[in-house]
Amino acid sequence: MKQQVLDKDGIDRAVSRIARQILERNKGASGIVIVGIQRRGDWIARRLAGAICEAEDTAVPVGVLDINLYRDDLQVRADYPVVRTTDIPFDIEGRTVILVDDVLYTGRTIRAALDELKDFGRARRIELAVLIEREGRELPIQADYVGEHIEVGAGRTVVVHVHELDRDDNVAVEEAV
Amino acid sequence: MSEDHLYALRHRHLIGLEDYSHAEIRLILDTADSFKEVIRRPIRKVPALRGKNVVNLFFESSTRTRLSFELAEKQLSADTLNFASTGSSVSKGESLGDTARNIEAMQVDCVVVRHAAAGAPLFLSQCLSNAVVINAGDGAHEHPTQGLLDLLTMRDALGGLEGLKVVLVGDIAHSRVARSNIWGLRKMGARVVVCGPPTLIPVDIEDMGVEVCYRVEDALRDADVVYALRIQLERQHEAFFPSLREYTRLFGIDPERLELAKPGAVVMHPGPINRGVELDSRVADSGRSVILDQVTNGVAVRMAVLYLLNGGGERDAA
Amino acid sequence: MRPDGPDTSGSAGITEIRNGRIIDPASGRDEQGDLWIREGRIVDRPADGDAKGATVIDATGQLVLPGLVDMHVHLCEPGYEYRETLESGALAAVAGGITGVACMPDTDPVVDDAPAVRFVRARAAGAAAKVYPIAALTAGRAGERLTEIGELAEAGAVALSEADRSIRNPAILRRAFEYGRMFDLPIIVHCEDPSLSAGGVMHEGSHATRLGLKGIPSIAEETVVARDLMLAEWTGGRIHITQASTAVTAGLIRAAKQRGVNVTADVSPHHLALTDEALSTFDTHLKTNPPLRSKADVDALREGLADGTIDAIASDHTPRSVDEKNTEFQEALSGATGLETMLAVVFTEMVGPGLLTLNDAVRVMSTSPAGILGIEGGSLSSGAPADLTLFDPDGTWTVDPASFKSRSANTPFAGRELKGSVTVTIVGGQVRYRRDGPESS
Repeated sequence: MKQQVLDKDGIDRAVSRIARQILERNKGASGIVIVGIQRRGDWIARRLAGAICEAEDTAVPVGVLDINLYRDDLQVRADYPVVRTTDIPFDIEGRTVILVDDVLYTGRTIRAALDELKDFGRARRIELAVLIEREGRELPIQADYVGEHIEVGAGRTVVVHVHELDRDDNVAVEEAV
Repeated sequence: MSEDHLYALRHRHLIGLEDYSHAEIRLILDTADSFKEVIRRPIRKVPALRGKNVVNLFFESSTRTRLSFELAEKQLSADTLNFASTGSSVSKGESLGDTARNIEAMQVDCVVVRHAAAGAPLFLSQCLSNAVVINAGDGAHEHPTQGLLDLLTMRDALGGLEGLKVVLVGDIAHSRVARSNIWGLRKMGARVVVCGPPTLIPVDIEDMGVEVCYRVEDALRDADVVYALRIQLERQHEAFFPSLREYTRLFGIDPERLELAKPGAVVMHPGPINRGVELDSRVADSGRSVILDQVTNGVAVRMAVLYLLNGGGERDAA
Repeated sequence: MRPDGPDTSGSAGITEIRNGRIIDPASGRDEQGDLWIREGRIVDRPADGDAKGATVIDATGQLVLPGLVDMHVHLCEPGYEYRETLESGALAAVAGGITGVACMPDTDPVVDDAPAVRFVRARAAGAAAKVYPIAALTAGRAGERLTEIGELAEAGAVALSEADRSIRNPAILRRAFEYGRMFDLPIIVHCEDPSLSAGGVMHEGSHATRLGLKGIPSIAEETVVARDLMLAEWTGGRIHITQASTAVTAGLIRAAKQRGVNVTADVSPHHLALTDEALSTFDTHLKTNPPLRSKADVDALREGLADGTIDAIASDHTPRSVDEKNTEFQEALSGATGLETMLAVVFTEMVGPGLLTLNDAVRVMSTSPAGILGIEGGSLSSGAPADLTLFDPDGTWTVDPASFKSRSANTPFAGRELKGSVTVTIVGGQVRYRRDGPESS
């Protein structure tokens, strides 16, 4: 059973809202870099950068992070995940990093991302932006910017689709397989 | 899962590229591409293999391959142990089977083995029930990680592997590098020509899907890759060729001969180079040489192999 | 073991093998019938009164063959008893339907003088099978000084051989052929030029190339076959080429026979059944000398056997310990056991597919080798020694080295399913092996 919770316009509105909040809290776009987590967070990150650029007329650097080598479940997984590109073509030293992911659930991905980011340098500050937030944290992690908070029971999965990878933009809740 | 889009290797060990499929080789090369980025980071260490014990078992001296593996292991945060011993295990008084059982008893997760006897890594993999075995070169049989790093270097330099003309020049008979390259290149759709004196071209090598050529000038024509193999200096005493001087005259790669290859052709060598013998220094140090890229790619490829094979889980037997 | 096995004959000292298919190439016999044994020999049907009290062995559905004679085995005693002994080797032989074995002199010490020949005969006197010593052709198998052939023959040596070595100096071999003419003992030669085979561990060909293993070229065998045949021809000597392994070897022997050279030859079951392709797994149990050759060689050897170029099948039973095999391929010793699998392998690989008639199979494994060695046996005629093999042609079994009677388990056929199995082996009138029942012990 599949239930759509956000359509394309909903996603666009959520991204614009987050962009505004980021600019508000950081008093503009100066010193800000955006890093999206593979494989959907990076596309959200690019859109966020687009929205900020539109509002402030200034380009914000965007990087991509693959956190698989920093996962804490490598010892227990049957097969290792495919390692994709990490590409942070700028120095994060002293910058404010907006870490972007599609869904915040257990918090483990974010933990891995924070560990990985610190190997790239010492950011002045790291803030977390997520398109969707749901219950189920297993670590003390919370988002600074949330596009949409949704109530999802255990045993169900939130699936984010981006047209760059999935032909369509939407967010749905599905039965976990 | 379609064979073209593998997310994991089907093999538990890496004994040779002869057994690996096109899709598996591609997965390793793609993963190695990701690891190349890791190597460029300010902190070149990721925690992927934390808590894994890897033992480098080198029964044959090798500085480069061992260092490359060690660096790859350390950058993946594995705990590494080195065991080096030259000469056969028999002369040492302990059989390879006993060495294997000792390794298992020490709870080692992965064994990287270099051995002068062809088949020793396979034998080791049959003795071990849990540990993963990675062949770091066995006799004249295979040197799969060298083959993979060579494929990656060619792919980087020329944009792809399919349809390339790769010429391997030198001592094919005694070369595990040649064999792993031949398997890997053939599976990825490249054309392979082997060239050397007939005494150093093993019988029926055509059965591996390569063309044989005894005149280096003919072999090099329109080549995309000129791969010079290291000539073992002692071979001249075993009557494989009369003298190094004559070998260089007939098969040495110099600037004039390199002109016969395609304009964008690259020059490769597994190292260490006998300068002025199989490779003229003017070629080795030219812009056409990607020999140092091979070395860099060696670490990335070995990281990829270590990462993919230590993923545990159910797989086909070796 | 007692010097003579249990007496299985009935009250009248007579045994009847009832209702088997009797195959006797010596007489051309192939018929359903009964066979009678009395006092260790095959006899005509006795008078009714005597026949009544006979012990009956039911051979219904089975083949009754003259006991097999294996003219090339290594029994390792004295010197290498951890691999095999005369006793364990003989038990392995009868388990494989073999009633007579000729054992190579490559022991420690080498069987190169009369006392050594007598030692082997005495040690084997009570063994389950008949053991015929082959003596060395040169002292210590060093290829230099001829052994005392006359004395060796008198002591009971049935042939002369350097085992798995070739005599390098052709002048010595020339003298051996000439001198040997006085005794009518076959000179059994293993043909290998050690300079050409040096360092080699498998057949030189596309598989050795693929595996990166140093090859033993066919030519290493063939140049020596050619040389030895020419020397035998020129001297009028008697030569037996053992373990022919290549197509060219078969052709050289065929041509020599046509010229009237006094030559015979044998081939092993593994050279008839396996090729070098099987070595892909670096399985040391497939490492033999001569090495397993190409498919073309196997085909030529099969053809040579069928057309009479090759006279005999001999197992080249070469026991090796676990430690000698369970190691890196290039370090492992070559050699394969064969006594317990020879008949079933030949039956499965050659007779089953119609490459060799049953009659020819028995000829090459019994009648011919007995003839070459000049020993009794290889016949089911009245008066012949009661050495015979009962073979069930239908049952299949899987080769399990753990069940071998041999002290060594280095078979190249482990796990293979074979058709046909030995049910009873009788040596000198005594049951020495019984598949389904208590054996002699």
